[in-house]
Amino acid sequence: MLNLGRAALTLALSVAAYGIAASLYGARSGRREWVESGRRAVYALAAVLTVAVAVLEAAFLRSDFSFRLVGGHSSTTTPTFYRAAAMWSSQEGSLLLWVWLLSLWSSLVLFLTRRRLREVAPYATAVLLGFAAFFAGLAVFLANPFQLADPVPAEGAGLQPLLRHPSMMIHPPMLYSGYTLFTVPFAFAVGALIARRLDAEWIRATRRFALAAWLVLGVGILIGARWSWSELGWGGYWAWDPVENASLMPWLTGTAFLHSIMMQEKRGMMKAWNASLVLATGVLAIMGTFLVRSGILESIHAFGASTLGLPFLVLITLLIFGSGFLVWSRRTGLGPEGHLESLLSREAMFVLNNLVLVGLCFVIFWGTFFPLISEAVTGQKASVGPPWFNRYTVPLALVLVLLSGLGPAIAWRRATARNLRHSLRGPLAAGGVAAAGLALAGVATRPLALAMFAAAAFTAGVVVQELWRGVRARRAVSRESPPAALVALVRRNRRRYGGYLVHLGMAVIFVGVAASSSFQRVHDVRLSPGQHARVGGYDVRYVRATSALSNEKVTLGAILDVSKEGRHVATLDPTRGYFRAVDARLGPVGTYFEGEATSEVGLRAGARRDIWTAVQPDIGAMQPLIDRLDRRFPLATGRSQGLLLAALAARYEAQPPPAVFRLIVSPLVEWIWLGGAIAGLGGLIALWPAPTFARRRAPAAAKVRRLRRQLSRA
Amino acid sequence: MELLLATIMIGAAAAIISAPLRRSHRPRVVARSARTAIEAARDAKYREILDAELDFRTGKLSESDYREIDRALRGEAIELLRRLDAEDA
Amino acid sequence: MDPNRKRRVRLYVSLATAVLLAGALVYTSFSTATDATSPSQLAASGVTGRSYQLTGKVVAGYRHDGGVLAFRVRDRDGAASVPVRYAGAVPDPFRAGREVIVTVRKRGAVFVGEKDSLITKCPSKFSAQS
Repeated sequence: MLNLGRAALTLALSVAAYGIAASLYGARSGRREWVESGRRAVYALAAVLTVAVAVLEAAFLRSDFSFRLVGGHSSTTTPTFYRAAAMWSSQEGSLLLWVWLLSLWSSLVLFLTRRRLREVAPYATAVLLGFAAFFAGLAVFLANPFQLADPVPAEGAGLQPLLRHPSMMIHPPMLYSGYTLFTVPFAFAVGALIARRLDAEWIRATRRFALAAWLVLGVGILIGARWSWSELGWGGYWAWDPVENASLMPWLTGTAFLHSIMMQEKRGMMKAWNASLVLATGVLAIMGTFLVRSGILESIHAFGASTLGLPFLVLITLLIFGSGFLVWSRRTGLGPEGHLESLLSREAMFVLNNLVLVGLCFVIFWGTFFPLISEAVTGQKASVGPPWFNRYTVPLALVLVLLSGLGPAIAWRRATARNLRHSLRGPLAAGGVAAAGLALAGVATRPLALAMFAAAAFTAGVVVQELWRGVRARRAVSRESPPAALVALVRRNRRRYGGYLVHLGMAVIFVGVAASSSFQRVHDVRLSPGQHARVGGYDVRYVRATSALSNEKVTLGAILDVSKEGRHVATLDPTRGYFRAVDARLGPVGTYFEGEATSEVGLRAGARRDIWTAVQPDIGAMQPLIDRLDRRFPLATGRSQGLLLAALAARYEAQPPPAVFRLIVSPLVEWIWLGGAIAGLGGLIALWPAPTFARRRAPAAAKVRRLRRQLSRA
Repeated sequence: MELLLATIMIGAAAAIISAPLRRSHRPRVVARSARTAIEAARDAKYREILDAELDFRTGKLSESDYREIDRALRGEAIELLRRLDAEDA
Repeated sequence: MDPNRKRRVRLYVSLATAVLLAGALVYTSFSTATDATSPSQLAASGVTGRSYQLTGKVVAGYRHDGGVLAFRVRDRDGAASVPVRYAGAVPDPFRAGREVIVTVRKRGAVFVGEKDSLITKCPSKFSAQS
């Protein structure tokens, strides 16, 4: 089946190349059949790549070690779910996943727009196929997943233990979906610029794709953060690591674009800005894909220097210069049709929000690439850490939350000052009460966090008020019950209320971030069974040691009893799993302590706070026993090895040496995930296709028909 | 077996891609479809009119401000409808 | 003020603000950044008391007693190594032969790692020879 996979990849590359040629020829000559053929090349590409993915997946699922990739990343003992997901745990497999996802989204988008955007679509097709050809070319020539293992091993190396978690396996496909989805608005922007058709039709199509990409990438980022918090042994969810930042940057510019595109729609403003923004988002998405596999920045994710760095660098340079040239050469057509009528308008808020978001992106960009920048300027590579990032992103985030509350309260075009003051009274009071109340409760020690809480209360107040007023306005006309009115209101104004919900979700996220960053209590402590430690108002007692054995690992851990003022709160069981190393020179017991080790965090999540703990058993103290067992029974395998390990485990449980615990009490962490869910729901509502005016059923259609009649009579 | 599957795959891809080319020759030149752009602009303008009304009903605009904005928007909508009629002519 | 002039003023004000903020950003980044070094560079020219971001591979034979990790870091492609003492959370993937990043300060002959600054790179799943 290896050859079938190879053939599929090569065919994919050829199909992509053909599609580029056909689309461009069809666009220049005006011959529709070539344009259609080019579009169908995308469908064919998706089909062919599906074959390639299916072949590779099948190989993983049946543990076909004749595939070098399968032997290197899976094994017969790897559970089925992880075997399926192991496909993208490698460079080659992840490239294939990326281009496959790209082909799927491209097919979907081109199918949905097959009768529209006639001048733009062929160029967009060519751009999308260009990306596909690049990635397929990388796969075919530099990182081919279909390589023969020679000789064929009897057993595979197994999946990296750190990846054996459901979130970790969903995280890459989600992120890749986000990145590949952002190439779609990029491609349509390039097409629209080439065809000089940056108009309402382009806006309508592009916005939807950008929103989908934004949603998926955002969820992917949050899943990664959650995995980091609940699975990794360091006790945090965001480290300003270059690869984390690389995924956040296109998301920020994408958010800016989703707002500023409305300005172009309503006022014909900011065309050059929008074009540049969506192009930049696409470039940043490619850059994100590149950073993970290039090794140019020191990062926990940067997987060593690889041969793919140079081609990516060439591509990114091409994209940057190409985009810049395109916008510059079309600059006459990108002048504004209208202007900001008033600073007191939602449009003005959008301009501000764009500045803040782009500013945030710039800060993160600068900090992330600083090692390269400083090397270029001073010859010495230097890096900035989380304190630097926090210093600039926190105030900007604060302004962002305030704007996200102010925006929904202001009317489009030109707000009435008196009405605005009236609208803001309630939410400002809410913010004030929150600030005062929290200050009294002792939160004033962290003024920035206090400000964020107040801003979030303000924003939540605006959103609730808007929903309330909307329902009231609707009921004045329709006489529905409040819940029915709410549903109808949201259904009819999906973008507006979906957007408000996203703002609410973001405010909740920032509350969670502010609280957990500013008021976290961390305590590293060494305990023996029976001993106590205090952290964040809680009393933690090390009850006893635990152990467990399985085919692939030895697990040593602890039971901790958490109580507050005498009342039992939680029982935590952090553990550390020790996987066997693949080294024949090591003894039967020692081999487990020279391989990978992963922490299982003991976590009690709660609405008000999370209690987090990780344990680091003192293996050094166990070393004499391990050495003794290895020396007495150097050749033990199978059953006898199991017995030795059981003996070690029993000794650990009976006489555990003091273990190091990291204890963290972090307030409102769960609010981050909750806020993400709210924002995600809002995004879905905004994305959900409303029937077009033509297809709408009464009474909305009646409203529009009435409007049409009125206008035609004028 | 592999060879058979590969051949089927290549054949299917070729069939999908060449289908439009094999159809009866339609040497139509793509007309500048300005109409769809104006239609999209018109729909966006309708949206704006309804948005302005919602802004008024949720208390963001005074009645006089609303009337003024509504009038302006309807004027812009009419202009778009006129352009649409001109396209059809 | 005529609207065009108003717009131009707004533009200049925002540009000026952006430039000022960017300037502050750029200045603080250069002044507060920690130099990235390799073990051989550090051994040759490390200054006592200054913070460095050390990158290299962990040498086998490290000790982890009672909460303090004593290990040596060597050049990625080379043998020159420096000793590091580190007290803080040790990441799960920490292992001999793994690449690490740690912020250290020179104190005498030893480099003391800043608490919780030890990062171990996820083992190379994207290595060149894969």
